[in-house]
Amino acid sequence: MTQHPPAPLSARGLTLAYDRRTVATDLSVDVGPGSFTVVVGPNACGKSTLLRALSRLLAPAAGQVLLDGRDIARYRTKEVARRVGLLPQTSQAPDGITVADLVGRGRFPHQGLLSQWSADDERAVRAALAATGTTDLSGRLVDELSGGQRQRVWVAMVLAQQTDLLLLDEPTTFLDVAHQVDLMDLFAALHAAGRTVVAVLHDLNQAARYATHLVAMRGGEVVAQGAPGDVVTADLVRDVFGLDCVVVEDPVSGGPLVVPRGRAWPAPAPGPVPPREPVTVVGG
Amino acid sequence: MSAAHVRAVPPAVPGAAGRADVAAPLDRGRRELVLRRGRVSVVVARRSVVAVTVLVVLTLVVAVLTLATGDFPVAPADVLRALTGRAEGRTATVVLGWRLPRVVLGVVLGAALGVAGAMFQSLSRNPLGSPDIIGFSNGAYAGAVLVLLSGGTGYLTVAAGAVGGGLVTALVVYLLAWRRGVQGFRLIVVGIGVSAVISSVTTWLVLQAEVRLAVAATVWGAGTLNGVGWDQVRPAAGLGAVLLLGVVAVSRGMHALELGDDAGAALGVGVERTRLAVVVVGVALTAVATALTGPIAFVALAAPQLARRVLRAPGTTLVGSAAMGAFLLVACDLVAQRAFAPQQLPVGVVTVSLGGAYLVWLLVHEARSR
Repeated sequence: MTQHPPAPLSARGLTLAYDRRTVATDLSVDVGPGSFTVVVGPNACGKSTLLRALSRLLAPAAGQVLLDGRDIARYRTKEVARRVGLLPQTSQAPDGITVADLVGRGRFPHQGLLSQWSADDERAVRAALAATGTTDLSGRLVDELSGGQRQRVWVAMVLAQQTDLLLLDEPTTFLDVAHQVDLMDLFAALHAAGRTVVAVLHDLNQAARYATHLVAMRGGEVVAQGAPGDVVTADLVRDVFGLDCVVVEDPVSGGPLVVPRGRAWPAPAPGPVPPREPVTVVGG
Repeated sequence: MSAAHVRAVPPAVPGAAGRADVAAPLDRGRRELVLRRGRVSVVVARRSVVAVTVLVVLTLVVAVLTLATGDFPVAPADVLRALTGRAEGRTATVVLGWRLPRVVLGVVLGAALGVAGAMFQSLSRNPLGSPDIIGFSNGAYAGAVLVLLSGGTGYLTVAAGAVGGGLVTALVVYLLAWRRGVQGFRLIVVGIGVSAVISSVTTWLVLQAEVRLAVAATVWGAGTLNGVGWDQVRPAAGLGAVLLLGVVAVSRGMHALELGDDAGAALGVGVERTRLAVVVVGVALTAVATALTGPIAFVALAAPQLARRVLRAPGTTLVGSAAMGAFLLVACDLVAQRAFAPQQLPVGVVTVSLGGAYLVWLLVHEARSR
């Protein structure tokens, strides 16, 4: 081992485009070994597109994605799938599939025509179910699960792939807040257990709390990256999201916590915040 | 022998999280047979084995019934004697020469249509995505009509026209549906549109034609097993065997794509490559059947869905669809031959009647479940 182990996954001068619409040009990002890298940015900033390129779902129009220093396009597809696991934004569980069956589909890159369900496959599925706390669900139909349970099962499917790189595309988007925290804790545990995690997240506070390395994007460019404590400032949030906010210390984690202002509470002229009429908030 | 064992489903124990016994069998929600020997390992659901066995037995029963009944009734015992080569004279001629090729072709083509339907439904992730809905059957019919009307005669010429028509239609639908890859629902909608255009052109062609040719084209278009012999069975079985290899080769990638394009790609499936292979094999299976018999509707549409429900298999089941397709076609053909005897109906008429009812049920069911 050298003093600075090379990034297992990195983007070098990527131009990313769908058909003729260019999403990003000259994009370079390193995913540090053992890091929990989180990419944040407003809608359509190219963060999910970057993740697609990193997982080889999208071929860059220019530039390279390097997996262990070698162009990812030159690997065989199954080889990539044994190194890089991806939890996509949308996926479909076939009708009538059970949890263990779906998680078993994650074994695809390790299987062949003759080896369809080896002892290794069974061990990997068992471990993935245990790691995600879904062992008790294994015989249930995926259609019958709650949203939070279902997302855990999809995570288990990616874990069954047994990759040391884990890419997550907005994994918490459709979950309620308790399940979001639950799932982020699961990712943190997987990271602590030695996996390198790359996640695209919507929620800046979630990103700040769980990331070891934060990448902020806007308009297809990386605006800032580094430790959350260094990156998340009121200036950066205004710059990237166009949002006025106050950054305070997270009373739980001690990291940065973004508190948006919004138009109802504009930045005060020096002095105390004026009293306002009470606002009733109906939670949903 | 290899290590084969039956895994029983243990009762669900609520609140046992984190205490999972490492040695306990993994509950996959059904009883399974696992065969492992060296690097070879296979798993099959017990219910699938039972269901497919039952379907095969039912198909055999219908086959023997078909061989035994008709203008020249043969006792079932004599049928078995003929099949084992211990009959002669009239019985042997009727059973082996006239009736057996028809039954064998029904089994082969029914299985081919069932598998083709399963492949397109898997590809489009939609129970409506079958070759008769997407337009390949209509395309094959149009090809055959064109050949008939331009003076083509003979079995092989018409078959070639059908295969050509089916492939051209598939290509047109595939290209029109292409936008950054082919997506299931777009494939169906484009297919229905193309299918409507083709069938109106075919109708116009038939109306223009002189009566004799128009009748020939119409009879062919109903889809029938009437009058087939061993000369048709041999190429069908040969091509079917070759295509079976193709089916086996694409099946794993195809099943992985049922999870979605992104998930499939992330698992190491070459998405567009696999999809193209599925289309080619599926169209070829449809074309082989259509070329020999004309378009037999609804077997490809109904067999995969019925099989899925009977087997309780996740996604699509190719083996189940093959068994169900063979059973459906052979059973429908028995009805077609005997229901209005001595009048022989084209089997396509029977499958359309059954299939129409099924399609209505499917559409209502789909509409309710959304």
